[in-house]
Amino acid sequence: MPVTLTLREGISRRRALCCLLALAGGVPLLHGAAAEPRVIKVHARKFVFTPDRIALRAGEPVVFELTAQDVMMGFSVPDFGIRADLPPGMVVRVPAMAKTAGTFGFLCDIFCGSGHETMNGVIEVT
Amino acid sequence: MKRAWKRRDFLGLAACAGGAVFASALPGWAAGRDEAFYFVQLSDAHWGFQGPPNPDARGTLPKAVAAVNALAEPPDFLMFTGDLTHTTDDPAERRRRMREFQSIIAALKVPVVHLMPGEHDAGLDEGAAYRELFGPTHYVFDHKGVHFIVLDNVSDPAGRVGAAQLDWLAADLARQPQSARIVVFTHRPLFDLYPQWDWATRDGAQVIERLMPHPNVTVFYGHIHQEHHHMTGHIAHHAARSLMFPLPAAGSQAQRLPLPWDPAQPYRGLGWREVEARRASGDLGIEEKPVTG
Repeated sequence: MPVTLTLREGISRRRALCCLLALAGGVPLLHGAAAEPRVIKVHARKFVFTPDRIALRAGEPVVFELTAQDVMMGFSVPDFGIRADLPPGMVVRVPAMAKTAGTFGFLCDIFCGSGHETMNGVIEVT
Repeated sequence: MKRAWKRRDFLGLAACAGGAVFASALPGWAAGRDEAFYFVQLSDAHWGFQGPPNPDARGTLPKAVAAVNALAEPPDFLMFTGDLTHTTDDPAERRRRMREFQSIIAALKVPVVHLMPGEHDAGLDEGAAYRELFGPTHYVFDHKGVHFIVLDNVSDPAGRVGAAQLDWLAADLARQPQSARIVVFTHRPLFDLYPQWDWATRDGAQVIERLMPHPNVTVFYGHIHQEHHHMTGHIAHHAARSLMFPLPAAGSQAQRLPLPWDPAQPYRGLGWREVEARRASGDLGIEEKPVTG
């Protein structure tokens, strides 16, 4: 199944590569220490994310494994500086790491219909 | 409330850090050789919306039309900054709502009415129905010495202006004198007002970058259903109220849900505005007008 990665526009290819290496599996190769990042599956369909509440630990590297069911959706966590397009039928992997504790919203940022404005969720970082 | 902001206020506030909230002047107006005039901005009618946030959903837009028609002196033109209709997945219903909207605003006694789409009008079909009924989604016009630019940041459902339109904007700006008085209309904010609620334009920074060399630029927009004023450098951005339901201040509640209708104060938070360009003083007057029952 195709795998794509989309980072926020404006992030350079080199920086994106560094992020990818640092956050999504590159660390063990470089340093031989850290474990594989935890994979968190999130499914999007009109007009809900499942799950819509996600618990993370500060400093924990994770990979969001994202899928969309019916139409093109977006997955955006503005406070983490990450976003991705979610074409239906594809699995999109987005690495992330919350630096600090708190509650952070995520949302669909591609206008997808009448329920778009409430298509969101919460990441709780402890 | 009538507001008049002089150039010195503008410069003083522009120097404040942290996004001071205010309305601004159209700097450079005093040096203009052209006639004073005013226009009206209406926004976010969401025609077709039904629900408790507005028990008079079919009456509010006609009330605004009647209020504009009752002005002692008609504005030179009216600009409707998007979300003329409320979104629907049904393309036939979308066109029906647009035609109804069209028939209601046909009653406006204003010499010129300019329209532009919001994401509710154009986001699901990349502006196809809008263009069919109303014409281009981005364009320019000139009026009494002011250059007006209408930008489409909604037909791309990702909320981008896009490379082609950015090039078109750059070419248009290159034809204007640097000191040209420029007013930009958009639907979504061009700056990151609150991306957590999608109150932003994905490539808005690139639009602002192209506008920055011009010292006399003001932006009017909609989308956020409330009055809001913000500076990016010397460029002032003014958001208008809605004609269907108000939205809460950014981040003030968990969900981006309409504020509830208050039977004790019907139409609270709804409204439109007059924008007056005064030749003599160099001021831009913004007068917010409520919808009344």
